[in-house]
Amino acid sequence: MDKMKHRYVGQPIIKKDAKALLSGKPVYTDDLVPENTLTVKLKRSPHAFAKIKSIDVSKAMLVPGIETVLTYKDVPQNRFTLAGQTFPEPSPYDRLILDEYVRFVGDPVAIIAGKDEDCCLKAMKLVKVEYEVLEPILDLKQSLDNPILIHPEENYVAHDGQGTDQKRNLCASHDESEGDVESVLASCEYIVDEHYRIKAVNQAMMEPFTAYTSMDLYGRLLVQSATQIPFHVRRIVSHALNISKSQVRVVKPRIGGGFGAKQTAVCEVYPAIVTYLTGKPAHLTYTREECFISGSPRHEMEVHIRIGADKTGKFKAVDLYTLSNTGAYGEHGPTTVALSGTKSLSMYYGFEAHRFAYDVVYTNRLSAGAYRGYGATQGIFALESAVNELAHKMHMDPSVLREMNMVHEGNKFTHYYGETATSCALDRCVAKVKEMIDWDKKYPCYEVAPNKVRAVGMAMSMQGSGISNCDVGTVQLRLNDDGFYTLMLGCSDMGTGCDTILSQMAADCMGCDLDKIVVYGVDTDQSPYDSGSYASSTTYITGMAVVKTCEIMTKKIMKAASEILDIPKDNLTFDGERVFSIEDETIGITLADLVTKLQAGTGEILYAQASHTSPVSPPPFMAGAAEVEIDLETGKVTPIDYVACVDCGTVVNSNLARVQTEGGLVQGIGMALYEDVRYTEKGNMINRNFMQYKIPTRIDMGQVRVEFEESFEPSGPFGAKSIGEVVINTPAPAIADAVYNGTGLRFRTMPITAEKVFMGLKNK
Amino acid sequence: MKIQVLLNGKKVEADINPNMMLLDFVRTQGMKSVKRGCDTGNCGLCTVWLDDKPVLSCSTLAARANGRRVTTLEGVQKEAEEFSVFLAKEGADQCGFCSPGFIMAVLALKRENPNPTAQEMKEYLAGNLCRCTGYQSQYRALVKYFGIEEEI
Amino acid sequence: MFTMKNYVQASSLEEAYALRKKSKKNVILGGNLWMKMGSRNIMTGIDLCSLSLDRLEENEKEYKIGCMCTLRDLEVNESLQKEFNGSFKEALKHIVGVQFRNTATVGGSVFPRFGFSDVLTILAALDTSIELYHAGLIPIKEFIDRKLDDDILVNVVIGKDGRKVSYQSHRMTETDFAVLTCAVSCKDGKYTVVLGATPHRAQIVDYVELADPNDEKQLETFLDAIVEQVRFGSNMRGSAEYRKAIAKVLIKRAIAEISE
Repeated sequence: MDKMKHRYVGQPIIKKDAKALLSGKPVYTDDLVPENTLTVKLKRSPHAFAKIKSIDVSKAMLVPGIETVLTYKDVPQNRFTLAGQTFPEPSPYDRLILDEYVRFVGDPVAIIAGKDEDCCLKAMKLVKVEYEVLEPILDLKQSLDNPILIHPEENYVAHDGQGTDQKRNLCASHDESEGDVESVLASCEYIVDEHYRIKAVNQAMMEPFTAYTSMDLYGRLLVQSATQIPFHVRRIVSHALNISKSQVRVVKPRIGGGFGAKQTAVCEVYPAIVTYLTGKPAHLTYTREECFISGSPRHEMEVHIRIGADKTGKFKAVDLYTLSNTGAYGEHGPTTVALSGTKSLSMYYGFEAHRFAYDVVYTNRLSAGAYRGYGATQGIFALESAVNELAHKMHMDPSVLREMNMVHEGNKFTHYYGETATSCALDRCVAKVKEMIDWDKKYPCYEVAPNKVRAVGMAMSMQGSGISNCDVGTVQLRLNDDGFYTLMLGCSDMGTGCDTILSQMAADCMGCDLDKIVVYGVDTDQSPYDSGSYASSTTYITGMAVVKTCEIMTKKIMKAASEILDIPKDNLTFDGERVFSIEDETIGITLADLVTKLQAGTGEILYAQASHTSPVSPPPFMAGAAEVEIDLETGKVTPIDYVACVDCGTVVNSNLARVQTEGGLVQGIGMALYEDVRYTEKGNMINRNFMQYKIPTRIDMGQVRVEFEESFEPSGPFGAKSIGEVVINTPAPAIADAVYNGTGLRFRTMPITAEKVFMGLKNK
Repeated sequence: MKIQVLLNGKKVEADINPNMMLLDFVRTQGMKSVKRGCDTGNCGLCTVWLDDKPVLSCSTLAARANGRRVTTLEGVQKEAEEFSVFLAKEGADQCGFCSPGFIMAVLALKRENPNPTAQEMKEYLAGNLCRCTGYQSQYRALVKYFGIEEEI
Repeated sequence: MFTMKNYVQASSLEEAYALRKKSKKNVILGGNLWMKMGSRNIMTGIDLCSLSLDRLEENEKEYKIGCMCTLRDLEVNESLQKEFNGSFKEALKHIVGVQFRNTATVGGSVFPRFGFSDVLTILAALDTSIELYHAGLIPIKEFIDRKLDDDILVNVVIGKDGRKVSYQSHRMTETDFAVLTCAVSCKDGKYTVVLGATPHRAQIVDYVELADPNDEKQLETFLDAIVEQVRFGSNMRGSAEYRKAIAKVLIKRAIAEISE
């Protein structure tokens, strides 16, 4: 496929579900729960670490309306993970539905099911638990080799190749290098050696975690859930309940946002076990507070970077070590951390030596999970901050230092599975953002009023497009009456618009009108297998499966027409509506007539199917630049303008790609300036609702502007790469540098609050 | 206790618990567009009109709606569509979960102040959170809907 | 989750007060924003919504604001904005969002005397009296110092004494609780400074003289004197030290605005 103008690909097509969503139709999990469904509530641990000495539910069971109260004594004893990842799952099996040990404040202790919320809450108070309170580990730096063991259990299952050591509180570990880092660093003229930290920020999608379960007419467990990973939920629920996968069916209605949070099966197992044991439908929706204290936030990571350059600014060596906090359980622990190195170091080219190592430790905080950026965010904050610091040390414009060292198309990546940059417009992206923000004029800062300064800062970012040799997308296409197609997908549209994007591709491949493509939500009984919507995979992986499937369908149409028209295939052509003879265009058959004939028994009903997996994961790239205003009297940092330029290969839907970018940027701005995660000394989360955990409102974000510099990725559908995650990574390092450029203060832990800036200025 | 509410133009009678919130009341009456996004009155997803004023249904006692008019997105479909078209054309619907509350606030603004400045508009809508869009596409849709020319 | 067994729309203040006196579990309902978040077991919720207390009246001497007026009612009242040079709007516009301010009532916001209250801060800088059902009309300063009791806030009365006022606040995000609120008013060359969200209840320093606000030395002495009289504490939004420091910045900005 060449770069060319398409009818739908590249256009700002309206989302297929727009009308239903914007008119408020009942399409989300919580809207679809029938009356007379049991309400499920979870009694949670008040302690960060404790062993249950005794638990008595007898009084709770007496509350009118209560159906059942379950404790650790009532659940299967095989351990599993809630992480939604392709088999063999990298995350350790370290969970039970309910455990004798509780490992964070909020860890479930009992499952309560009853006719309504009132009776469940009454019963919750009556579940009497006696704890043996244990000393917790709350600081990630205290965990490794601590005599306190967070997972003492004997049936813990570690998976090969992750470096897990249960006896050291070590969820995963790795060390890899090329060249002699120490000696090259020793020869460097300039070195930055610093630690950077990103906290366990929350995805804060607007729809809370929610699931509804029931037994279907065949006696199978039906799970309806707001999930990014329907096929993995099927496996996770079957593991947790210790039943066959054939006994589980998962249906995904529309989802109210995910951003990775719903790549963990956070709440499904609780109503599932209630339905499994009682035979009755059950429903659990987390409160916002539960989404905070028992959700699946970003992994807190502290990244130690040593980077060195020669006297001209050429990078020579880098050493990146990440200490990651997986919390009480290991969901996504071994995998998120890997991206902190692979997807940061590879933005730069030409190191003589480099090392990337990491440890992932358990602590008595809630289990972390997947959040847009998935470790790359943490690594990129660290590396881009270090690069900015290096530039300042050299009295060099950071954008120039980047221009000297960044990766270009055709370069072999520094640390990226041996892959080469087959498509890369990073250089153009940096040039573009400099122009957009008027960098050369504004850098580093300018005064707008006495005590008010505006400053700019910059960062780059990369991500992947799916997980190479792992993620699988499958697509089925059925040709129906009148020549319309049913596009069967197994990936989860969580508002991102992948149903629409993939339909655009299918319509262009089949040469038909977009409304001739009908899409479907995911149902594991009906939909073809897809590993799920995460790792920025859907456009790239499932998109390619669409292209392949359409090629097969086109061949089948030609073959069927050839038989009916009795003209050799090679003498026929198909324009999307009609198959006709190349020699005489008047001889032919419309698609509608063809289907009518096939359905009347003169041939085979046409469908096509293809799977796709990719040996590579071509990175999208971007550059971002922030302009902030700093009130030097109060320390308040106000975002004024954020500009970004993205290389996602071919832009498939110009509106949706733009909105993805804008949304990611504002989440990044939130992480940089507002979203704080704090705990009490006893491990109780303080910022546990939207009153205390402040995500940006429309009057906090300033202005966001986005442009695209397209490259063409030969292995992607229509030349496309991914976009969903790369967009969140630049605001933290860019804003941190803008603050430095305006104040001379360097912040290496997010968020940058006004008080920190004020105190910094005062102590300067 | 018994209440009688004019819900989207139709008289509805119900026997409710005194501590029932308006959000739960309208949802049990089938108005599923109204969403719960937080527990603290901070997200704006549950916005409905009580006698034509946008309020948080999560924090308003259903009892207090007795004898009054309650309007949800289901009750202003035509008016909503005029604006929704602009949202859809920008791809600003995204996951859609915050849309009903947001649209109710936008329509209330239109009635209260048909020609707001960009700043007035942003401030009026600040109580409606959205995590998908970063608000910029909503802003583009709003500027077109209100016919605002100034640039911020 | 809170529970409530009965709901009563009081037909008179007398009835409401009698019910309130009867039991600690009988409560007056405001906007319910706070109550809903708590886990109180309420016997009877007493609603004042049918007593025509949602009126904002005005004569040449004063404003009389009924306890069932919403915060939004104050914000959109043009006369109030004109009289107090827009400071009410400035004090209210940061409170979450329009739908929140349409839900929250004046009585529910003022009576509990929350430390973070923007409304209490601006009211305390004006010639404000609080009309309680039982205790009668009392000056706001006295009201702030009173213990929370079972009285009912009926009206807020603000005198039109021609004073100039400015409202300032500092917050981590635009619609968050304030790290510090500050209202400064000036009448006949005498200043009243109110600091709220310290995080204690609003504190008033009044009748302070400042001969020449443009004289930096005088101003600095004035600011130092004020913050020394105010008690600052720490919570998750800011330390005492930070609050004390930015108090001076906010007061200075307020004075500059008034002096314009």
